[in-house]
Amino acid sequence: MDALTPLELDLSTSTLREVNATLHAPDLDADTVVVRHPAGKHSVAVGLTKPISVTIDGHVGYYAAGMNQAADVVINGNAGVGVAENMMSGSVWVKGSASQSAGATAHGGLLVIEGDAAARCGISMKGVDIVVGGSIGHMSAFMAQAGTLVVRGDAGDALGDSIYEARLYVRGTVASLGADCVAKEMGPEHHEQLAALLKAAGHDDDTHEYTRYGSSRTLYHFHVDNASAY
Amino acid sequence: MTRHITQPRESATFNRSVIAEIQRAAETGIYDIRGWGAKRSLPHFDDLLFLGASMSRYPLEGYRERCGTDIVLGDRNAKYPLHLDTPVTIAGMSFGALSGRAKEALGRGASEVGTSTTTGDGGMTPEERGQSKNLVYQYLPSRYGMNPDDLRKADAIEIVLGQGAKPGGGGMLLGQKITERVAGMRTLPQGVDQRSASRHPDWTGPDDLTIKIAELREITDWEKPIYVKVGATRTYYDVKLAVHAGADVVVVDGMQGGTAATQEVFIEHVGIPTLAAIPQAVQALQELGVHRKVQLIVSGGIRTGADVAKAMALGADAVAIGTAALIALGDNDPRWQEEYEALGTTAGAYDDFQAGRDPAGITTQDPELQLRFDPVEGGRRLANYLRVLTMEAQTIARACGKAHLQHLEPEDLVAITIEAAAMARVPLAGTSWIPGQPGAGL
Ligand SMILES: Cc1cc2nc3c(=O)[nH]c(=O)nc-3n(C[C@H](O)[C@H](O)[C@H](O)COP(=O)(O)O)c2cc1C
Repeated sequence: MDALTPLELDLSTSTLREVNATLHAPDLDADTVVVRHPAGKHSVAVGLTKPISVTIDGHVGYYAAGMNQAADVVINGNAGVGVAENMMSGSVWVKGSASQSAGATAHGGLLVIEGDAAARCGISMKGVDIVVGGSIGHMSAFMAQAGTLVVRGDAGDALGDSIYEARLYVRGTVASLGADCVAKEMGPEHHEQLAALLKAAGHDDDTHEYTRYGSSRTLYHFHVDNASAY
Repeated sequence: MTRHITQPRESATFNRSVIAEIQRAAETGIYDIRGWGAKRSLPHFDDLLFLGASMSRYPLEGYRERCGTDIVLGDRNAKYPLHLDTPVTIAGMSFGALSGRAKEALGRGASEVGTSTTTGDGGMTPEERGQSKNLVYQYLPSRYGMNPDDLRKADAIEIVLGQGAKPGGGGMLLGQKITERVAGMRTLPQGVDQRSASRHPDWTGPDDLTIKIAELREITDWEKPIYVKVGATRTYYDVKLAVHAGADVVVVDGMQGGTAATQEVFIEHVGIPTLAAIPQAVQALQELGVHRKVQLIVSGGIRTGADVAKAMALGADAVAIGTAALIALGDNDPRWQEEYEALGTTAGAYDDFQAGRDPAGITTQDPELQLRFDPVEGGRRLANYLRVLTMEAQTIARACGKAHLQHLEPEDLVAITIEAAAMARVPLAGTSWIPGQPGAGL
């Protein structure tokens, strides 16, 4: 197929199984794919493994682009729960807002959400980079292990509860910090990292407007004196 | 004149281990964490007996007539269901809790007898994938090491909602065991005391689980059976919800089930015995018309072929073993007695799997201790043990006139205690009384 003509898949005439099977097919002969009429369906374009560009033209339900590897997925709409969950590499770009658990447990790649993300954004993240254009809900970055979460708006309650080594950058206010999460100094390397991520997501904010949050590492070991923190 | 000497009298309520625990708690200020499963005495398979064939039932000849043991798991939706030669499977035990060599041995032993083994909280290691003909990949709340490539390499997927030893609790792995390799696989700083999540990060409740299962099927192109594992608590409802959510196989783990590291108070006081859970699970499956279509795997305190046969007679399609498999590999072997004593315990009671100092080299990440354990020898021992379990179960099934282990039925069983009769829903021996069942006769 001509690389310039995208392969068109239509969820109003094909089943989800057909669409995903086409995207998984070892002999898929297209590097650009458009999926039309997702109409809020769940698990659209999950488990991709090839470096292809997939545009989902509309709103999607749960787990869109879940476990993505290598593909660049754009969602022209809002995304339901767990968009890009456990992504390994590649990118997922949500033009609208995302529901809960965006980027949950993702190990790598870049997740961009232009609008807001609901609760538990970046929960248990394990290496992914997430940039949220708007604000995020409560319990975001819960048990976040690695990777970076950038929030251009505000963060809800209990940000970064029980966080491990993930880095959080928030421009607006944080309703409250979770256990073991603290504000940290911004060194030159942090400004640099943040600027690069913002750029990747199409923004050029002044990084000095941001505060970095991370683990105070006091709960890394069980200790009786910490009992009230848990 | 007779002197009346008062004998020292120990309290049944404040017995020695209770006193020791109070003293320990007062000294350290922290709860006790340990491995193994519930150690208290509970109504169990020992409280059931088989009614062998006699006048009204026809036995099979022990060494001549066939008694099948093969099972198929997950043929409801998956393109490639699991075909196992024995219904005794190896339960999920994490790399991290166990050494890589122990995981390899589990794979070797299981493959030798044609059964499956299961990963655990911490991801899939090449050792176990390489040695396991049938490998079930656990999908846990922590998602440590969760990798779609491994998911696709697996022969089945087990979504873990809970474990019998700690229903409602997350995993734990203490710093001593978070070596560089374990830390790397779990994306954690080396040496932290790891608490893993008790809830899945991207779904809550049975409706979401339906969507999650569908996602896993889509990712793996509907090839693999999907199991749902629950710790035994509200088993009747959990099994119904799991089936509605689309599970191909339901795994029910009773409170005796083993663990690598959990608070003692949790192990001993949360959950219901395996015996009580099975009839609830079977009832749920029967009411939905899917008994034997959605397979039931039972675990928690399976030790002998008799236990296997009893679980199956109550309606399980297969069983899973954890603790017994570790013992077969060489855990708690008396040959390490001196070292067990040095650790303040004794062979047969060692349960500090969390401490990583296992003299037998199984529940450890210590490079030297690990080397004590030979995966080839361990695999052979496990295969032996699995064969014995299978043959013992066959012995019983033949005596009950069954040409396949799956033909065993509750009617083959009686209970010797009222508690067991009520829980297992089989009559008290010598009566037709099933406590709690309507219309119970003599
Ligand atoms: C050392 C050890 C590690 C375990 N790790 C896991 C685990 O990672 N995930 C899980 O679902 N269950 C885990 N379990 C529980 C087993 O899968 C199984 O439910 C239990 O051992 C069955 O009971 P049994 O030990 O009496 O056979 C573990 C058990 C042991 C003994």
